[in-house]
This record gives sequence, structure tokens and C-alpha cells, in this order.
Amino acid sequence: MKVRGKDLKKEEFDRIVKIEYRPKLLYAWDSGYAVGKFLQGLKEGKILGIRCRKCERILVPPRAFCEFCFVPIDEWVELKDTGRVNTFSISYISWDVRRLEKPEIPAVIEIDGASPGIGILHLLGEVKPEEVRVGMRVKAVWKKESERIGAITDILYFKPLKGEE
Amino acid sequence: MKPYRKVAVIGAGLTKFMRRALETGRELSFYAVKEALSSSGLKFKDIQSVVMATAPDAFDGVHMKGEYLADGAGGFKRPYMRSFVGGGSGVFAIIHGWYMVASGMFDTCLVVAEEKMSSCQPHPQAAFNSIYDHTLERPLGVNLLWIFALEMQRYMHVHKISEEEIALVSVKNKKNALDHPSAQVAEEVTVKDVLNSEIMAWPVRRLMVSPTSDGAGAIVLAAEHIARRVSEKPVWIEGIGWCLDSSFWTNRDLYYPDYVEKAARMAYEMAGIKEPSKEIHVAEPYDPFAYKELHHMEGLLLCKRGEAPKLTAKGVTQRNGDLPVCPSGGLLGVGNPIAAAGVMKLCEIFWQLRGEAGKRQVPGNPKRGVAQAWGDLMQVGTVVVLGI
Repeated sequence: MKVRGKDLKKEEFDRIVKIEYRPKLLYAWDSGYAVGKFLQGLKEGKILGIRCRKCERILVPPRAFCEFCFVPIDEWVELKDTGRVNTFSISYISWDVRRLEKPEIPAVIEIDGASPGIGILHLLGEVKPEEVRVGMRVKAVWKKESERIGAITDILYFKPLKGEE
Repeated sequence: MKPYRKVAVIGAGLTKFMRRALETGRELSFYAVKEALSSSGLKFKDIQSVVMATAPDAFDGVHMKGEYLADGAGGFKRPYMRSFVGGGSGVFAIIHGWYMVASGMFDTCLVVAEEKMSSCQPHPQAAFNSIYDHTLERPLGVNLLWIFALEMQRYMHVHKISEEEIALVSVKNKKNALDHPSAQVAEEVTVKDVLNSEIMAWPVRRLMVSPTSDGAGAIVLAAEHIARRVSEKPVWIEGIGWCLDSSFWTNRDLYYPDYVEKAARMAYEMAGIKEPSKEIHVAEPYDPFAYKELHHMEGLLLCKRGEAPKLTAKGVTQRNGDLPVCPSGGLLGVGNPIAAAGVMKLCEIFWQLRGEAGKRQVPGNPKRGVAQAWGDLMQVGTVVVLGI
């Protein structure tokens, strides 16, 4: 097999003629019915879940339909703002692959009151990276009420819940 | 089983896989197609349909990239379609190609896969951020590595797998790739080198990640009556399967890829395979990250859940082991031009079954192999079983 292709070195790539294009696009995403109500809950300092009457799962993030049973769902349930770390990472890389001095700790957090294994993506804080464990109990740290806007970032991060395992 | 026509792979071709190709995507596609055609016994005029796989338009900044690439892929004035399920696209395109021929609509189909990630600045990873939910996830400052790190951590936690066990996959695949003419990041490394490489998003280290790549691949499919006429060694598509899981990925246990198992079961049933671990002689599971090879071996039912690291440590997955896995060198060694990487895997099984893999050839005259790709938001499994 003849394998073709010219692999450029970084210096060569920087030197060759290139056209630059920076798309300037702005998007305004609707939250939709279910997530809209969830965001309203966050503004009020509450994590809302939604229950499917058919499979009885309590889900977060909420959705307007159950993807298992394929039926509409609308039974809202207030969940706790505590939970358990399902999995986590200690990330030293920014979105554009720059090195971060202080790592970020994203985690999937199973929220208390939701069905087992049902979690959301968020960040961990007030914890040393080496102390984070799968199964660790955590609690939401909220923005001040006056600063909440109805966004996932109304929760700043989740911090360890001391004395609980 | 439902009636359909037998479909053979009769030709395969790849370009080099590169960090920054001078060539455009159209040029890369053209080179891969020419190689595939010249090995197939067919001429360009014999091609009746074309399927193109290429990942997000955002890499290239070209909207309708399938249409843009059509000329280089041989799609000009032919029935042409683009297949796309993120990283699963390469193998998905072959499944589409199978339909084209098996349905009786066409006697031949050219399947082309191309990716040129290097155009996206400052780093193509940024183009992936829009896979996350725009309202609930992106505001947290996501990057692509997160989902892999979260999945790897979960997999390691559930089965008590060590970093050393996972590093062995990088060592094996990067070494295997030394014998692959397309390889971008082939090298001899030790477990120690892997574990000393910088942490990107723990537990993921640099040498556990495939590179970003430019490259293309192509295969030629033909119906049985054509394949038997023009090819001395047709390789049959015995099974196909694919499955998409929920995009509510934080509601799933990431330790096991159910959707890969479902796709594999579909392909195995079609191929009449009852015991995959015995009946599959060579495997190319998708390995964009080291743990992914293990994760996918389990999803492909090539071993029990949690057993893949042990088989790897015992040498079972080496080229001369009982179940060679990624003899090509995989994405970790050959490179990862997203859609083209899936086609590269299928090319490898094709060459292995024909006994044409050269220095990469696994012993024992393998009769049956499986190629698998994966993609979207930890979501899709695409599986093709080939046999002679």
C-alpha cells in the first residue's frame, strides 16, 4: 500500500499560507419547559427533580418526558442539595488545552432524593484534590440569593459534607 | 434471519495519519480512495454508490462538509450520503455501505472517511465543547477530557483497576504501531513512561490519550457476484450492529458500555456467533484512550466485565496472544483522525484476515475479526464483524 501525506512540522505549519476565519456566532438557547422550571428552582435555592409515574424513577436533570417509558412526565419533586460523588476527575487542562495551575474537579454527583445512580455534572470545591473519593458525601454551596440568576452556576460547587460517609 | 445479499470488502486504503497535513481534506480523501480502488480490482467507473464519514463540521469550519468533500471522495454525480455519529462514524459508514449493497440497490459501494482536525485553532479540542448540554453543562467550563476522565475513574473504581494495568494498553498499542505505515505516534514506551507522563485530567495522562490527527481511509464493498469475479480474497461482512444510548449521561453508570454490548449482540447474532471470546480471532475495539480498549473489549463480550485488564497483563491481547487486540496499533499508536480511525480499524481486520498485514500479521490464520467504534456523548457503539 502506498501511504500518502505530508506531515508538516509546527514551524512549517506556522509559515505556510493560511486563511484565518473567526466565526462570530451568538446563540440564545431556550431552556425549554422542564429545564426552565429546574432553573427557576435553582434561583430559589432548590434542586428540583421530576418523577415518572410509570417507571417511578425520580430524575435530575428534569425532562418533560421519560425516555424509558416514552410518556410525558410532570410530577415535580424537591430534592435535597446534598449527594454522593459517583465519579470525578482532577483536570489540569482548560477548554483550549492550556495548562491550569489550580486544577478543576468536575464530578458526577448523585443527588439525594433522586433514584439511585441519577446524578448531575458539577464541580467540587473546598477540598484538596487528593482527598476526593468516589462515594464521598457532598453538599451544594450556593451563590447569595441576590446573585442567583436561574442558572446551573447558581450552585458554585459542591463541598464535602463532614462527618458523613 | 431476514433475506439480504452477501456483501464483501474487496479493497482498502489509507493515507498517513498526521498532526498537521499539508493536504486538504479533499486531497486526503482522493489519495485514500485511489489506494482502495487499486487494491480492489474495480475501476472508478464501477462504483455505483458512495458513503462518506466525517466528524463535526466545526473542525474544518466548513458547513456541509460532506458536500465539500464529495469530489475528493468520488461522490460526483453518484448516489452519495454522509454518515455521522461522532467518533462512531467510521464503522457506521461501513454499516451504511452494507445497506447500499445488501439491499440490492447497488452492486458496489465506496466507503470513505476523512478528518482534518488541525485547521481548528488554537486546538481542535475546543470544537468538542458543544457536545455538552448548553444550559446545564457548558456554563461549568467543560472540556472534552472530562467525560473520559469521569468514565475511566468510574471503570477503575468499580473493578479496582490500577493505573499500571491501563498503562499496559498504551505500551502495547504504541509499539504495535511501529509496524504500521500510516502511524503518527508509534513508539516504544514503558509502563513507567506512561505513568510519568503529565496528568491531563486525572486519571488520564498524556500517553493514555490518542493524538488529534489528519488523515483518510477508504474501503470498497461489492455484492457477492462481483466480489467473486474480481477478488481472489473477498472478506465478508458477516454481522453489523449499532446502538445509541441516552444523552442524559450523568444518569447512567459509565463503568460499562451497555450500548456497545447491544450493538455487538446484534452483529454476533447476524454472524451466528455464540461465544465471541472463542469465535473472534482478532479484534480492533475503539481505543481513543487506553482504558477504552479494555472497556470496549468487555462491551464486545470478548471477556467478562472487569477481566480485560487481567487478560492484557497476561499478554493475551498481544499480537501473538490468544486474542490479539489492536494489532494495528490502534488510535493510541496510529492516530485518531476521528471518522478515518474507524475505517482504519476495519482495514486492519481486512488485511489480517487476508494474511496481508505484513509485520503486523497475527499468527494462526485468523478467520474472523471484529472492528468497533464509539462516539457522541459516551453514547454510540458501532460494530462490524468480518470473516473469510
